[in-house]
Amino acid sequence: MDPIAIVMMIIAILTVWGGLALSLVHLKRHPDEESGDTTISTGPTT
Amino acid sequence: MSSTSAPARSGAGPARKMSGREEFAGRWAFILAAIGSAVGLGNIWRFPYIAYENGGGAFIIPYLVALLTAGIPLLFFDYAIGHRFRGSPPLSFRRLSRWTESIGWWQVLICLVIGVYYAAIIAWAIMYTWFSTTKAWGDDPATFLTQEHLQVAEDVAPNLDIVPGVFWPMLVVWVIIILVMGFGVRRGVAMASLISIPVLVLMFLVLVVVALTLPGATEGLNALFTPNWAALADPGVWIAAYGQIFFSLSVGFGIMITYASYLKKRTNLTGSGLVVGFSNSGFEILAGIGVFSALGFMAQASGVQIADVVESGIGLAFIAFPAIISEAPMGALIGVLFFGSLVLAGFTSLISILEVVVSAVKDKMGWGRWTTVLVVVGLSAVVSLAMFSTTSGLNLLDITDAFVNSFGIVGAALVSVLVVAAVLGLLDRMVAHLNSVSSFRLGALFKVMVGVIMPIVLAYTFLSDFIAKLNDGYGEFPAWFVNTFGWGMVLSLVVLAVLLSLIPWSKKSNLHQEHLDDDSPFVEHESLNRRRRGRTPDRLEPVTVSADEGWTEPDADPAHRSDSQKGL
Repeated sequence: MDPIAIVMMIIAILTVWGGLALSLVHLKRHPDEESGDTTISTGPTT
Repeated sequence: MSSTSAPARSGAGPARKMSGREEFAGRWAFILAAIGSAVGLGNIWRFPYIAYENGGGAFIIPYLVALLTAGIPLLFFDYAIGHRFRGSPPLSFRRLSRWTESIGWWQVLICLVIGVYYAAIIAWAIMYTWFSTTKAWGDDPATFLTQEHLQVAEDVAPNLDIVPGVFWPMLVVWVIIILVMGFGVRRGVAMASLISIPVLVLMFLVLVVVALTLPGATEGLNALFTPNWAALADPGVWIAAYGQIFFSLSVGFGIMITYASYLKKRTNLTGSGLVVGFSNSGFEILAGIGVFSALGFMAQASGVQIADVVESGIGLAFIAFPAIISEAPMGALIGVLFFGSLVLAGFTSLISILEVVVSAVKDKMGWGRWTTVLVVVGLSAVVSLAMFSTTSGLNLLDITDAFVNSFGIVGAALVSVLVVAAVLGLLDRMVAHLNSVSSFRLGALFKVMVGVIMPIVLAYTFLSDFIAKLNDGYGEFPAWFVNTFGWGMVLSLVVLAVLLSLIPWSKKSNLHQEHLDDDSPFVEHESLNRRRRGRTPDRLEPVTVSADEGWTEPDADPAHRSDSQKGL
């Protein structure tokens, strides 16, 4: 492969899969119950 | 329309709970189902071609910009509507404002049209998974597809000449769909993605590894990733990037509204949306690497340039790939992995598409799940088999797909964004709702993306396609065929949507039977409430939605109504 194609492939992989990894970490650190402005206890949902 | 009493003014009595609506077991079930919907045929057979044609490696820039400024914001937009109003598109839009119900039905009808032809493609992929083991297409995959497998008739006029090799696998697809959907959101819809998505990713990873080992694979990757920087100055490339993100993410035609309506009230919406958006794009990059490695092999084996073998859509899957499978070492394995991936990706997407229709009818009629599935999906199956398992099926599929995408999906998305953002001016409330339950906070930028960027891009896409098809027709089809199954079909969807919105909701319908909970995080958060009212409320004043009145203001006197009580 040409160097420029390799660089662009790595950039594409890093940005998209990196974005996925970051969003997974972000989600894991923010459980549903502790996310957002609302502090009201929701109680049973079903 | 009959009137039922609105929920009691907030604080005046116990809140009525949403009792009947099905729910995902948790956010991961929802995320997998949403990924299953987003990752479909377009990821595999459309993205690689679009990227190659629009700047190669340079395409990643407009692609990422489109993902961040349009795809993910629209995902949030759909999530907010479905989650806030806890209904299928017609019910959600009805609760949003009484006159917007028809937008929801428009989205439902679009899904119905897509669903009936989508099943045919999955059936072809099932057959080609089997054909791969014997390379049944011989030396001429194009002739095999049109003459032997589909037996395409000379005359484009619809007929009822059934092709058994298409009919039976389609019937199998429909039976499986009915069974899966009949089991409900948790045990059917979510379970299908829970099983299919890991298998799909694993299969495709193996396919990519095998494809990368083929001679010529690096030339394919060179073609895909070598940047053409000049392309970035071409507005068409940017529109292509927005189009790819838009079509790929399953946004704008009701799917994400429906899935979000099955979420628990307390769900991190934006955090989940980011995972879905990046997962979809992550799969597309993987598909690009796999497909272009294989195309590189084919070009080398045939002694031609990559440009001579690049295809997209049906041509890529059912003509180019069979040729690759015939030539490549481990060809049968490549075939089973490739077509098996198409089947799985298509299957979970088809479930999500039909769930929009099932959910809408279930909400409006108040029927049980099995009854709704048997009636709605059963009738869809009959229409689908009658139209697309025949010798005229391919031409019908071609034109239906082209028009429902260009004018149905894009048109409905454009109208819904314009109505919510510009006509009803609800973006502030939407942001407040999303922020009330989510970790990834939104603000003015989100409103600019949804209220300004998206309408411009969607309007441009709609109009450019409209002018092109008006002037040039579509393909080589005769005018009567284009007018009937292209223009006529998309126009009839709009008319039918309006008519369906005029039909009264059944007494048993979820509009009458379910009410949004007063005592939930579905109210705007306190600081916004206080700021807008200029006073400190004793308690959060929720927006209540009556069975019959759309938005019902807690204060009956219009003079005392505030913006904060409008909705999202």
